Amino acid sequence: MMKGILGRKLGMTQVFLEDGNVVPVTVVEAGPCVVLQVKTPQTDGYSSVQLGFADMKRPIKALAGHAAKANTVAKRYVRELRGPLDQEYTVGQEVFADTFQDGDVVDVVGVSKGKGTAGPVKRHNQSRGPMAHGSKYHRGVGSLGSIDANRVFKGQTMGGRMGHERVTVQNLQVVRVDRDRNLLLIKGALPGPKNSFVTVRSAIKNR
Amino acid sequence: MHPLIREISLQQLRQDLPRFRPGDTVRVHVKVKEGARERVQMFEGVVIKRRGTAVSATFTVRKISYGVGVERTFPLHTPKIDKLEVVRRGKVRRAKLYYLRKLRGKAARIKEIR
Repeated sequence: MMKGILGRKLGMTQVFLEDGNVVPVTVVEAGPCVVLQVKTPQTDGYSSVQLGFADMKRPIKALAGHAAKANTVAKRYVRELRGPLDQEYTVGQEVFADTFQDGDVVDVVGVSKGKGTAGPVKRHNQSRGPMAHGSKYHRGVGSLGSIDANRVFKGQTMGGRMGHERVTVQNLQVVRVDRDRNLLLIKGALPGPKNSFVTVRSAIKNR
Repeated sequence: MHPLIREISLQQLRQDLPRFRPGDTVRVHVKVKEGARERVQMFEGVVIKRRGTAVSATFTVRKISYGVGVERTFPLHTPKIDKLEVVRRGKVRRAKLYYLRKLRGKAARIKEIR
């Protein structure tokens, strides 16, 4: 069954397991989240649960009104969870980090770090040319294909904006859950810079 | 560093380890698991390097075993270390003693601080 929570990536550290092995973990401040809306097929055409995390400092009135239905203030990070859920959610209900247990397998969605304009070597893992011996081809795009086509085919890899896109990392293990401080320690790295928002939900390939 | 991450990291630090530096000879009591049984094994040698801070700190011990140099790197705060004893305090002038790898026998000795 699917369960999920919204949170903030705090940074990485490492922990020792009982058997003495070291695991690299990302610490996520997960919750408390508020259920802002429950969508049903009758009213919305599909079923989902809308969660909100982190209070807005100066809420927009429209969002404030939406949040008022759940008896809370407008949230900065709002996402929906779809699929067969683990429990019945009610509007206004709070979700804490303890929805997850140690050992759960999760997918984490975030927005990756922006890299700005990047060349094809960094952006598409193209190999670079020789840097010396009279070579004038260093890190450029290289050939764009046949001249016979008289055009460049769609999907040709070139330089451009890289990063700052939605990234999902699948099948990460929840190493530890800190109920008191609402923290999740998730094995491995998560997308995005520190203090960025992430969605943690049960792994789609490991239900 | 986020204060919560610092706290998680600090909680795991071991307070029971003696102070030691590169050049010191230490005896590390390592817990070894063999099937269901757990026993303690010794690893005694010269500390040739210490690196890292807080939980991620590690140290490397070098010894000569049957004429072959063996180096083993331990996380400083790992629960796998049962006990750590400082056998000898050595006098060295650098933090990383990689030069010991090229030396053998008498030349690889380290002066003791008394």
